[in-house]
Amino acid sequence: MSQFLYLYRMTAAARQQANSTPERAQQNMQRWMKWMAELDAKGHLKDRGQPLENTGKVVRGQKAVVDGPYTEAKDLVGGFTIVEASDIDQAVDLSYGCPIFEGGGSVEVRPVMKMDL
Amino acid sequence: MELSEHLFRRESGRLVASLTRIFGVHNLALAEDVVQDAFCRALEVWKVRGIPDNPSAWLMAVAKNRALDVVRRERTLRTFAPELARVLESEWTLAPAIEEAFASPVIRDEQLKMMFSCCHPSLPEDTQIALVLNTLCGFGASEIASAFLIGRAAMEKRISRGKKVLAGEKRLFDLSDADFGSRLSAVRRALYLLFNEGYHSASGEAAVRAELCGEAIRMTKLLLEAPSAAQPETDALAALMCLHAARLPARIDLSGDLNPLLDQDRSRWDRALVHEGLALLDRSATGAVVSGYHIEAAIAAAHATAPSVAATNWKVIVQMYDRLMDVAPSPWVPLNRAIAIAQTDGPDSGLEALHAIPDSDRLSQYPFYPAALGELELRRGNLDAARGHFSSAAALARNPVERRFLERRAGVCARE
Repeated sequence: MSQFLYLYRMTAAARQQANSTPERAQQNMQRWMKWMAELDAKGHLKDRGQPLENTGKVVRGQKAVVDGPYTEAKDLVGGFTIVEASDIDQAVDLSYGCPIFEGGGSVEVRPVMKMDL
Repeated sequence: MELSEHLFRRESGRLVASLTRIFGVHNLALAEDVVQDAFCRALEVWKVRGIPDNPSAWLMAVAKNRALDVVRRERTLRTFAPELARVLESEWTLAPAIEEAFASPVIRDEQLKMMFSCCHPSLPEDTQIALVLNTLCGFGASEIASAFLIGRAAMEKRISRGKKVLAGEKRLFDLSDADFGSRLSAVRRALYLLFNEGYHSASGEAAVRAELCGEAIRMTKLLLEAPSAAQPETDALAALMCLHAARLPARIDLSGDLNPLLDQDRSRWDRALVHEGLALLDRSATGAVVSGYHIEAAIAAAHATAPSVAATNWKVIVQMYDRLMDVAPSPWVPLNRAIAIAQTDGPDSGLEALHAIPDSDRLSQYPFYPAALGELELRRGNLDAARGHFSSAAALARNPVERRFLERRAGVCARE
C-alpha cells in the first residue's frame, strides 16, 4: 500500500453552493461524513488530515512576506487528508465519492514520496 | 458522532435570534451573514475532522466570536441594538453582553419576539408565514418556494419585502406591548395556516409536508413556553396540530398515495401524538372563550379516540361542525359537515347538505367538493354520476398525489 495526499480545492462558488441554505449545509455535511466513513471502513483512511484557514502569509524570504495565498485565487486549498491505496489509479477511484465535486470543487491526488526505495 | 436531524436549520433560527439581539433588527441581514459564516466554518472543519461532541455549542462559540469581531470592527460605523448601545461601546461590558445574548432563556425570548415581529399586521398572511419559515425555522427561499408551489423569484421577493418591514422597525416586538393580545392572535393564525399548508397543501412531496407540520408544532410549543402566550386558545391550537399530525403516517400510504380518513389504517396513527394532543385539549378547556381551535381540536379528538369509522360518534361531530360555523365559518366547514351527516343519516341526506351549502361557488376550485359528491353518489349506486364528479375533481387536483387518488376513485366507479 502507498500513501496519497488529497488536497481539497474549492472555488468560492463551491463554498457558496454547499452552504446556500442550512438544509443544504446539513446534506453536504452528511455526504462528507458518509464518504469519510466509507474510506475508513475499507481501511483507506491513513490520516483524516486538517482543515486550513483560507488566508495566511506567503513568505519568499524575510523581506518578502505578503498576505496570501492569493486573495484573487479561484480555488484555494481548504484542507487535506492522507489515504492509503494500492496505486494512484485506486487513489483516484476512491476520490470519486468526494462530495466536493457537486459544487465545482476538485481533489488533487498526489503520491507521497517513499523514503524506502 | 452523528449529525442530529436538521441541526443547521434549527440552530439557524436560534443564532439569528441571539445575534439580532446584539446587532438590532435593522441589521438582520448582518446577523444572517454571521450565521452563514459560522456554518461555512463548521462545514470546512467538521468534514475533515468529524463532528464535534457538542455541535450546537461549537456553532454558538463561532457565532459569538464573529459577533465580537463585528462589533469591535464596526461600532464606529454602524449603530447596533439601541438598548445595548452603551454596553457594546466598552470592552469591559462587550463580551459579557454577547455572552448574555446566547443564554438559553434569552434565545427563547428573542425567538418569540422575532415570531411576533414576523406577524406584523401590515404584512399579508402568506408573507408572515414565509418570514417565520425563513427567519425562525431556517428554510431557504427556494425550499419555501417549492413547498408552496410558487416560483423561487416570487418567494424571494415576498421574503425580502417582509424583511424590509421587519428591519424598518426600531426594535423587535416587545412582549409586554399593549398590542400583545391582537398580535398573539395573528401569530396563532399564521402558525395554524403554516400547519394547514403542511397538512393539506398543494405540494406533492410528503416529506416536505410533514416537515412543515413539524415546524408549526415546534413554533407553537415555543409559544407555549411564554407564560403570557400560553393561553387556553394556544393550548387548543397545539392540541389540534398534534391530533391531526398523529394521522399523517396513515394519510399517505407506502406507495405515496393519499388515504382519506375513512380508509385509514388506524393502527398507524401516532399514539404518542394522540396522547399529547388529548392532554393539551384537556388543558385548553378553561376560561370563557371557545375558539375555532378548540372546536377543531375536539373534532380531531373525536376521530382520534374512535376505534373505527363505524364506532365514531358522527352525531357529535355534526354538532361540532354546526358550532364551528358560528365561531369560525369557512367554506370547508359545511363540506365536512355534510360528509359527517352522510355517516349518520345516509348518502341522500349528505348530498342534500352538500347541495345546500350557501356559497358553494367558493368551493368551485376545491377538488374535494366534487369528490364528496362523487363518494355519496357512489354509495347510492349512481356510478355514472359518481364517475363524472370524480373526473371533474381530478381535473381540479393540485398535485399528482391528489390526481392519482381521484382518478383511482373514478376507476372504481367504472369497474363496479
